[in-house]
Amino acid sequence: MTAVLFQKVSRHFGSVRAVDEADLSIAEGEFFAMLGPSGSGKTTCLRLMAGFEQPTSGHIEIFGETAEGVPPYRRNVNTVFQDYALFPHLSILDNVAYGLMVKGVGREERRKAAEDALAMVKLPGYGVRKPGQLSGGQRQRVALARALVNRPKVLLLDEPLGALDLKLREQMQEELKTLQKSLGITFVFVTHDQGEALSMADRIAVFNDGKIQQLGTPEDVYNRPQTRFVADFVGSSNVLSAATLSKLGISAGAASLRPEAIQISTSWAEMLTLSGTVTACSFLGAVNRITVDCDGQRIVVSAPAAMPVPDQGANIALAFSRNDLHVMEQA
Amino acid sequence: MRSDRSSAPLGLKIAAGAGLAFLHVPILLIFLYAFTTEEKSYQFPPPGLTLQWFAVTWNRPDVWEALTLSVKVGTIATAIALVLGTLCAAAVSQTRFFGRETISLLVILPIALPGIITGIALRSAFSMADIPFSFWTIVLGHATFCVVVVYNNAVARFRRVSGSLIEASMDLGADGFQTFRHVILPNIGTALLAGGMLAFALSFDEVIVTTFTGGQQSTLPIWMLEELIRPRQRPVTNVVAMVVVLVTFLPILAAYYLTRDGDQIAGAGK
Repeated sequence: MTAVLFQKVSRHFGSVRAVDEADLSIAEGEFFAMLGPSGSGKTTCLRLMAGFEQPTSGHIEIFGETAEGVPPYRRNVNTVFQDYALFPHLSILDNVAYGLMVKGVGREERRKAAEDALAMVKLPGYGVRKPGQLSGGQRQRVALARALVNRPKVLLLDEPLGALDLKLREQMQEELKTLQKSLGITFVFVTHDQGEALSMADRIAVFNDGKIQQLGTPEDVYNRPQTRFVADFVGSSNVLSAATLSKLGISAGAASLRPEAIQISTSWAEMLTLSGTVTACSFLGAVNRITVDCDGQRIVVSAPAAMPVPDQGANIALAFSRNDLHVMEQA
Repeated sequence: MRSDRSSAPLGLKIAAGAGLAFLHVPILLIFLYAFTTEEKSYQFPPPGLTLQWFAVTWNRPDVWEALTLSVKVGTIATAIALVLGTLCAAAVSQTRFFGRETISLLVILPIALPGIITGIALRSAFSMADIPFSFWTIVLGHATFCVVVVYNNAVARFRRVSGSLIEASMDLGADGFQTFRHVILPNIGTALLAGGMLAFALSFDEVIVTTFTGGQQSTLPIWMLEELIRPRQRPVTNVVAMVVVLVTFLPILAAYYLTRDGDQIAGAGK
C-alpha cells in the first residue's frame, strides 16, 4: 500500500518555489530519505505531509486519503522536530503522554504507554525529569518516544540527528534503523547528510531548488546519478565533459566517475586512461585525495593511503574501467 | 554587582542616601499621620498616636463606595485587557502579516501618550457618540492603558515560546483550544498574571483618565483628591492612602517576582 503519495505538488511562497511539481510515492513500511542542501524544499515536503503547510497546487494522499485541508491534529502522522520541541513546562512522562492525553486516554493507561515508550528508546525511569535536565541525545530520544507512543502510520523526522555529535549520531542511525524495522512504521527522514541518507534509507529522493532530481535506492543514487547535481552532491563524483569522453571514444554529453573507481597507474592494459598533472593532494586518513588536471578537466582521485603519493606537478596516468563510467541524461 | 574595589566616596553615599530618603520619607509621613490624634492639620511631631481613625474609616460609607468602585473598575478593565492583550500579543508574535509592526506600535502608544490626552480624546469621543458617562466609560478608559501592560508582558513571553512547540502540540493531536490550554497558557501564565497585576495596580490609582471619563462616580483616588480640598476627619485620607499603597504595591512586587521566575523557567527549556 502507498503510505504517502504526491502528485505534482507545489508549494510557493510568493515568488519562491519551495516545492515545484514534486511527484513521489512512499510505500508502507519504507524508510524513505529526502536529501538535499538547505533551501532545497525537502523540509517543506515534510511539512506538507505533516499538515503544517498546504500545497499551492497538486494532490497529496496519506494511506489513500486526501490530505489537502486536513489539519495536523487530524492526521495519523507524527513528527520528530529538528529542535525536538519538547514542552519545557511538562515532565518527560507528560511530554511523552501528551498525544494520548489530548485524545482522552485515561491517566493510568497513558502513564503505562509512556513508560513503555521511554523504555523502547532506552530511557526507562527518566519520566520524572524535565526536558531542561536532559542532554541533547536524551531529548532526541524523548521526542522519538513522544511521537511513537501515538502509533502513527507515518513518522516524519526533520533532521533529527543534526544537533548530535558524530559518535552519538552514528549510534542513533543504527538505533533508528533497528526501531523502524521492528515497528514496521513508515519513516520519512529529512537530511542534508548524504552519508546518513545512504546508510539508513531504503530509497532516497534527492532535492534541489524545489525539484526532485532523482529518486531511487541508495545504490542507484550513488552509482548511477542522473544529473550533474546528484553526481556532485551525493559522494562528490567527477563529472566528465563531452570533450573528455570523446577522448575515451564515448560520445555522450556528460558522465559521472566515482573518485574511488580510479586507479593511478603508469602502465595500462584494458582500462580507459587519461593522463594529467597532479594539482593537489590531501591526506584523509584511509585514503589520499589527489586532484588531477587532465587538459582542463578536473578529476578527483581517492587513492589508498598505502600507495605512494605522487608529487605535485607530476604527470600521472589515470585508469578506470568502462563499467565505472556512467553516462548521464543531463549534461 | 559586588566589586572588590575600594568603596564609593562618602559624599556619593550621602547623596544616594538623601535621594532615597527624599523618595520614601514622604510616604512614611503619610503612614505616620494615619495614627495622629490631631484632626485638622498636619502638625509635626503629631501630638499623640491613636488607632481610632481605622475604626472611623471602617464606618464611612463613602470610603466603601469609592473602594468598591475602584476594585470593580480595576477588575473588569484588567479582565478586558487580559483577553485583548493576549490575543494581540499572539497575533503579533506568532504570525507575519502586513502592518504587523505598525499594529505593535499603535497598541503600545496609549501608554506613551500623556493621560490627559487619552482622557480628553476619550471624553470627546464618548460625547460625540452620545454615550453617557458611567461606570462603563471609566472601565473603557482604564482598559486602554491596561491592554498595553498585558500586551507588553505577554508579547515578550510569546516570543520565547518557540513556534515548534505549538506545531508539536497540533502534530500530537491537540486542536487549537487544547494547544492553548495545555501548551500556550502554562508557558505564558506567569507573564499574564504579572501583566494583570500591574494593570490592576495602574487602574487602581488612576486619576486623570478617570476624571475625564467618569460621571458622578468617584473612584478611590478621586475620592482622596476631593477629601484634600475639603478636609473633614483628615487622617481618614491617610488610612485610605495606606490601603492604596498596600493594594497597589503588593501586586507590583508579586509581578516583579513572577516575571523573574518566569525567565528562569523559560530559560531552562533551552
